[in-house]
Amino acid sequence: MFENINYLLLREIVSSVLIMLGVAFMLIATIGLLRFPDFYIRMSAITKGATLGLTLILTGMGIYFNEADMLIKVLLIIGFTFITSPVSAHVIGRTAVRNKIPFWDRTNLDEFKDYLHKEHMARDHEKDGKE
Amino acid sequence: MSIFSVTLIVAMAALSICLVLTAIRFALGPTLPDRITAFDLFVANVIGMVAIYTELTGNADFIDVAIILSLFGFLGSISFAYYLMKSTR
Repeated sequence: MFENINYLLLREIVSSVLIMLGVAFMLIATIGLLRFPDFYIRMSAITKGATLGLTLILTGMGIYFNEADMLIKVLLIIGFTFITSPVSAHVIGRTAVRNKIPFWDRTNLDEFKDYLHKEHMARDHEKDGKE
Repeated sequence: MSIFSVTLIVAMAALSICLVLTAIRFALGPTLPDRITAFDLFVANVIGMVAIYTELTGNADFIDVAIILSLFGFLGSISFAYYLMKSTR
């Protein structure tokens, strides 16, 4: 039943669809980076969009090659991206909060005020201690 | 030229447009963390371009470049954030 299927054509079609989906996610993330009004909103846009887009592109490539070692390398890159992307976003966001990067004026900051005050006090204290 | 390679070239062109838009944000980003996140997206775009180029040429050796690039992109953004945290202005 399965002998008259063109597997190369099937792999090409699946790979093309996955790659085009991933590129669409990348494009949406980049437009978000360019258009959003605030540093924190921009960072949220690119952290999620770029990770998912990269995952889809690499999965499409792994399906096209159809080899075990290529699949292992692709899974290595995907796992590394999934681990490191939230960590770096967290570190940069915390640095931005400490350095008093301004929020968007329509952001609701009521429940966040105490934490912001504490972080800014810690930052100022650190600065005073160094000088 | 099959429709598959046409699709890959279109994807490559779209990622190039992504690189241009990221460079615009890198140039006009008002603060330093904006530039760090733009650099992060830059590295992710280049990894995607390397993956598509690997598929276009059929040479499986190029994927090692993407592994090393994903390592160094994380290292770069973390070290920039550390520098920003430590620098007193």
